[in-house]
Amino acid sequence: MADFDAANALLDQVDAARANATPLKIQGGNSKAFLGREVAGEVLDTRAHRGIVQYDPTELVVTVRAGTPLSELLAALDDAGQMLPCEPPSFADSATVGGMIAAGLSGPRRPWSGSVRDFVLGTRVITGLGQHLRFGGEVMKNVAGYDLSRLMAGSFGCLGVLTEVSLKVLPKPRQCLSIRLDIDCVRALSKLAEWGQQPLPISAACHDGQSLYLRLEGGEGSVTAAHQRLGGEPLDSVFWRDLNEQRLSFFDEGLPLWRLSLPNNLGPLELPGEQLIDWAGAQRWVKSESTEIHALAQSFGGHATCFTHGATGSPFQPLAPTLLRYHRQLKAQLDPQGLFNPGRMYAEV
Amino acid sequence: MNILYDERLDGPLPEVNKGELLKALQHALPDLDILWREDELKPYECDGLSAYRTTPMLVALPRRLEQVQTLLKLCHQNNVPVVARGAGTGLSGGALPLEKGLLLVMARFNSILHIDPAARIARVQPGVRNLAISQAAAPFGLYYAPDPSSQIACSIGGNVAENAGGVHCLKYGLTVHNVLKIEVLTIEGERLTLGSEALDSAGFDLLALFTGSEGLLGIITEVTVKLLPKPQVAKVLLGGFDSVEKAGRAVAAIIAAGIIPGGLEMMDNLAIRAAEDFIHAGYPVDAEAILLCELDGVEADVHDDCQRVREVMTAAGATEVRQAQDEAERVRFWAGRKNAFPAIGRLSPDYYCMDGTIPRRELPAVLQGISRLGEEYGLRVANVFHAGDGNMHPLILFDANQPGELHRAEALGGKILELCVKVGGSITGEHGVGREKINQMCAQFNSDELLLFHAVKAAFDPQGLLNPGKNIPTLHRCAEFGAMHIHAGQLPFPELERF
Ligand SMILES: Cc1cc2nc3c(=O)[nH]c(=O)nc-3n(C[C@H](O)[C@H](O)[C@H](O)COP(=O)(O)OP(=O)(O)OC[C@H]3O[C@@H](n4cnc5c(N)ncnc54)[C@H](O)[C@@H]3O)c2cc1C
Ligand SMILES: Cc1cc2nc3c(=O)[nH]c(=O)nc-3n(C[C@H](O)[C@H](O)[C@H](O)COP(=O)(O)OP(=O)(O)OC[C@H]3O[C@@H](n4cnc5c(N)ncnc54)[C@H](O)[C@@H]3O)c2cc1C
Repeated sequence: MADFDAANALLDQVDAARANATPLKIQGGNSKAFLGREVAGEVLDTRAHRGIVQYDPTELVVTVRAGTPLSELLAALDDAGQMLPCEPPSFADSATVGGMIAAGLSGPRRPWSGSVRDFVLGTRVITGLGQHLRFGGEVMKNVAGYDLSRLMAGSFGCLGVLTEVSLKVLPKPRQCLSIRLDIDCVRALSKLAEWGQQPLPISAACHDGQSLYLRLEGGEGSVTAAHQRLGGEPLDSVFWRDLNEQRLSFFDEGLPLWRLSLPNNLGPLELPGEQLIDWAGAQRWVKSESTEIHALAQSFGGHATCFTHGATGSPFQPLAPTLLRYHRQLKAQLDPQGLFNPGRMYAEV
Repeated sequence: MNILYDERLDGPLPEVNKGELLKALQHALPDLDILWREDELKPYECDGLSAYRTTPMLVALPRRLEQVQTLLKLCHQNNVPVVARGAGTGLSGGALPLEKGLLLVMARFNSILHIDPAARIARVQPGVRNLAISQAAAPFGLYYAPDPSSQIACSIGGNVAENAGGVHCLKYGLTVHNVLKIEVLTIEGERLTLGSEALDSAGFDLLALFTGSEGLLGIITEVTVKLLPKPQVAKVLLGGFDSVEKAGRAVAAIIAAGIIPGGLEMMDNLAIRAAEDFIHAGYPVDAEAILLCELDGVEADVHDDCQRVREVMTAAGATEVRQAQDEAERVRFWAGRKNAFPAIGRLSPDYYCMDGTIPRRELPAVLQGISRLGEEYGLRVANVFHAGDGNMHPLILFDANQPGELHRAEALGGKILELCVKVGGSITGEHGVGREKINQMCAQFNSDELLLFHAVKAAFDPQGLLNPGKNIPTLHRCAEFGAMHIHAGQLPFPELERF
């Protein structure tokens, strides 16, 4: 498919939905349909609106239409020796840039590089009032008005239709080396807490119950020195892709899969099911039929999301009542007719 | 157009009876420090943008969260506008008081509550000074990365409210990238926790929305920030260039070489000479532009990158490239840059600091445009520039004692910002809109976009009591400003086409 500006068609469909008061189910590649609650509504497919609008590697900024396949964006960056440091997962070849932003999921590098929202510089959005608006821009620093661009990241399409995003990109590291250390989880987490306070070039850290997997990224000197210091067995870097895309055997079908996002220094945790530790402890995957996962995550100071479709009626962590009220008020202001993905995140939003 | 609150353009403010409000506050909060006498209020009449002054109706200086909560509830019930202030170093008049409003000073909340080195976080009260966090973290080999030049004075609450930056943003991010969690009180006195000690939170990213919201959405009562391990070494290179274009090309080439410096700053000739006169940093005073490039990290990498940057600068046409030979020289190189504002202040009775951002490739054209505008307005402009991230700080030199000069400086500043918008940039990179750039907001955003901003505000503060008149202009003001003609691809400011 060729690059194409289909913004007007998207706008027409939103206008029609406004006129008929019919909700819209915003869809990119639908690769993350498993995530979130079921949405009733007419499908608004963003994929015709695609293409890279502007990319100048020396500005470290790329502007891309929301329906562009994520794989196409990543390939263009790769060709220029650059990357999206937040390493968003695709979960499928069909994943789009808009879906990536709206889902807000980041990969193994996240604790060191920042999240998807951290790299959002600007967006164009179709609002619930049927207007096509622009927020932020293509510059690194911009504090004019409220930061609606970053608000869109992770909002699962509940606040508007993203048509275009500008993202900060970075050069790929000069050197990248992955290792495996056969140490148990207790020792691994305590080591990670110690290393975290030192200028070591760690850019991914996962523990699967048996071994600690580390990625070192930086200049030749720092990576070599860190490798000499840490030792370990060499590891094929495809491990990180498999982790990110949930292709490790841990993720094989079975019990409901939960993602726990937790403070990074909790140490080993008793969780009601098999677990996989990522983000040096700040993200933990658990396979469990327990109905207490949300309460558990909250008791640890974090939150949990169910990644298995249909396993629970409320996959996202329930919000405190006051916070929920402000979510509803914000939704009511930006999407007064409740057209966009009603109930995708929360029944009330 | 006058910058002070103008009810005709900015909307009517509720009439508040000062005596009754004072009585009600004293009754509800007998132990709250409230200032109300004219001579006590006077010192609070401006923030860092001292050209604009308004005496607040009352000043409250709470020390406890419950005081703030009760005060807000009372103001909400009585329809009293509330302007928050941290340290008052803001440069855009964000904490400029209202005659008909209460100034809520959060500076006494100055305790560092907890530093957790293993988790690499610090939990602090909003009045804690930026630098104090890094000082408290230093014994653990950690620091808080965003470092505005005002860091010895500005508060972390003000940093969050402005999404403050510093010279290390390109590599280490802005405030928004370094804050994990904030505690907020809404105008109704409700407590909200936004973010968490985990790396993300459930629901919409209200933490991002509140960062940079300039005290219009809620009062920040606690901040949890990320701490980073201190880089092992930092080295700085100074490159001299005989044209600004070449220096600009060197910046692009450094980035094209895959290097992200810890800091990458440019100064033009007027700024170089001013700084050299003041600090004796060792800058080449004949250069049209210098670049300061700091590389930090692990020793071996920094050594390699210094070599690369030296080659890149030379290839881009640098007339000289010098690496600071020791820590003393490195500090001197930076001292020149960090003292550029006061140095330029010595050239002229007054100066006015702008804060536009542009795509870096537009730098030569914009600098040329600024110099022509300067000629047109009969004022000198010196330029210091966070070159790595496209954030310009043109400093307009003027003399407020000369009739009309302040006005000319403001008008020139406005034109410079409009030029930034024209080339795809923004009217503010880090200082905020506040009151100062309220008119230029009309140039950057169309009326539908501004209405959406007002809608966001209404979700949190429907009565518009928090910091009214700041950050987002009314459409009425924009109509008067007469700049509502920017729309879908149509370039505004045809009068600037000659640049
Ligand atoms: C092994 C694995 C299995 C997965 N299985 C599923 C699955 O079964 N279902 C599932 O949903 N995800 C699944 N995911 C995650 C999902 O594929 C990712 O989130 C993906 O990157 C989303 O991209 P997309 O274009 O496919 O988005 P979509 O799935 O189409 O959309 C994701 C969210 O973003 C919103 N959205 C999309 N485009 C826009 C836009 N332009 N403006 C505003 N909102 C927008 C959608 O409404 C939706 O809420 C899986 C991931 C993995 C690793
Ligand atoms: C010499 C100098 C150099 C500077 N250099 C830089 C720089 O390099 N980078 C940069 O980004 N800025 C810089 N600044 C600007 C300024 O220091 C920053 O904007 C800083 O973040 C303001 O903090 P403050 O505590 O002084 O806030 P104030 O000026 O008191 O307030 C700023 C805004 O924040 C709001 N606010 C304050 N506290 C709270 C709170 N607790 N809750 C809600 N809202 C609140 C106010 O209402 C106001 O809108 C500089 C200023 C000076 C004077």
